[in-house]
Amino acid sequence: MSQSVAITAFRLPNWAKLPVIIGGLIVLFWTAVVLTINFWPIDDPIEMVAKRLMPPSAAHWFGTDALGRDVLSRTLHGARLSLLMSCAVIAAAVGIGCTLGAIAGYVGGFVDGIIMRLVDITLAFPPILLAMAITASLGPGLENAAIAMIVVWWPVYARLMRGQVLTVKVREHVEAAIAGGAGHSRTLLTHILPLTWSPILVNATMDFGQVVLLAASLSFIGLGASPPTPEWGSMISEGAIHFYKWWICAGPGIAILSVVLGFNFIGDGLRDYLDPRSR
Amino acid sequence: MTRFIIRRLISIPLLLLGIVSIAFLISHNTQGDPLASIVSERQMDNPEVVAAAKARWGLDKSLPEQYVLYLRNLITGDLGTSFRTKQGVGKDILERLPATLELVIAAMILGVGSGIVLGVLAARFRNKPIDHAARLWALTGSSTPVFWSGLILLYIFSVVLGWLPGPGRLDPRSVPPEFMTGFLTIDTLLAGDFAAFGDALHHLILPALVLGWTVMGIVSRLVRGSMLDVLSQDYIVAARARGAGELRVLLNHALRNALVPTLTIIGFTFAYLITGAVLTETIFSWPGIGSYAVEAARNLDYPAIIGVTIVGGTAFLLSNLATDIAYAFADPRIRLS
Repeated sequence: MSQSVAITAFRLPNWAKLPVIIGGLIVLFWTAVVLTINFWPIDDPIEMVAKRLMPPSAAHWFGTDALGRDVLSRTLHGARLSLLMSCAVIAAAVGIGCTLGAIAGYVGGFVDGIIMRLVDITLAFPPILLAMAITASLGPGLENAAIAMIVVWWPVYARLMRGQVLTVKVREHVEAAIAGGAGHSRTLLTHILPLTWSPILVNATMDFGQVVLLAASLSFIGLGASPPTPEWGSMISEGAIHFYKWWICAGPGIAILSVVLGFNFIGDGLRDYLDPRSR
Repeated sequence: MTRFIIRRLISIPLLLLGIVSIAFLISHNTQGDPLASIVSERQMDNPEVVAAAKARWGLDKSLPEQYVLYLRNLITGDLGTSFRTKQGVGKDILERLPATLELVIAAMILGVGSGIVLGVLAARFRNKPIDHAARLWALTGSSTPVFWSGLILLYIFSVVLGWLPGPGRLDPRSVPPEFMTGFLTIDTLLAGDFAAFGDALHHLILPALVLGWTVMGIVSRLVRGSMLDVLSQDYIVAARARGAGELRVLLNHALRNALVPTLTIIGFTFAYLITGAVLTETIFSWPGIGSYAVEAARNLDYPAIIGVTIVGGTAFLLSNLATDIAYAFADPRIRLS
């Protein structure tokens, strides 16, 4: 019996599961890179280690950039900045958005109106333009770019959470809890919120990739990381100057693509799993 | 129907006011000094310029008065003067609008068109290799940073293969056609200059492909989903039983109904395309609003950044409104809810 369970679990992945597994592996790889990069036997990402603008070779797999720095090393080190920043942005956006959304959905009335109008207005802007305007006016830099991205992203979660709370709020078990004498905070925290997490989780996973993309875009424009910090977006913008040396932006480009694709794969699979209708 | 439209229309001025208020807030907090968003650094020690700017935007008055002045200036179309081009921001944006529209429309045709084809195929061959390949292709499209894929494609098709021209809208040695619509592909045709038309079209291919690819994924997923819903309905079975050909069932019976929920993608794609256009235009030196915004941000040209943000927000809002109304027309159930 136990053997057959093991066999079922380890059966070759079918086509639909494969992307989720690939996505998981990619995310696992980058997480490992972020955690252990300081122990890797690779060149310093900031020092000049070889001749400038050398194409890929055995010593420098991804070549060297305009300042003779190793592109592979910079790409791997860039993961830390991109991923940690995206984590912080998503965490803050989910935290702020869900709190406000839950309050709006639960309290309703005037509070709901105020919060949701704020959401509507923020979502009325194309995200990148609003993020650019906020970052530029606060002054270019990583922290300000992160603040701008949080401002752009929280409304998505507020709207999502409000919808969730509204549907759960009218269920019978909630009525039973209120009838049983549960206070507002208890009703909201223990009877409503635990049932609302799944779409939030899917969205946060899918959005993680988009946040990585937006962060890289802002740095590409020149509003995020400043040199010599290794950051994927700014590496690509340096590569764009030396357009004929394609390898300078190949490394960071593939890195961004793989991270975003990895999270999209997982998010797509999660959605199918949680919402069987789309299968 | 009319009530639905009126209700949506009423919300528009409020949202517009919200957009403008946020823009006011941003410009007011610029570098901790609202003056910085009106007068460039170089002009800061010129007392005449500073005094004129202060008077025009009411910076020596109270905050509510400033807000009213700001609104009045905006309503008269005054978005401030760009530090960089020394022109009115409104004028700058109008000059660049056709280039962006031409690119976005071309990308929309490519992206939505191929997305629909891919979505129909994926639904028809559900869970077959074609379905999985379509999903992979679509996900890759929305995961690729356009500022990178644009560079790589330019390198491959323009430098290595030499099949397509480099960045820009026209060969720099050629004379641009007389301004009619601002769409170079149309203007060259109106001028009867087919060589220039070919040149404009060649320049348009790569950026439109790069931009279109980003929305193809979303479109194909939505079409696949709604095609699957429709294909399982009785009238499809009935059509098949009557002996209708597969292509006829797919296109005539199923796709027509499946496209109704897909109308929402017009709003979606517009959002994606605006985002993508900002970066695509930068890579392809496309003289549109997107590259204008990026140049402005790079040079901390505040009036230009904030102006583009207001215009972008307004355009975004109106396209969503248009989508909602189109949707309500196409599907009566929406109006009732």
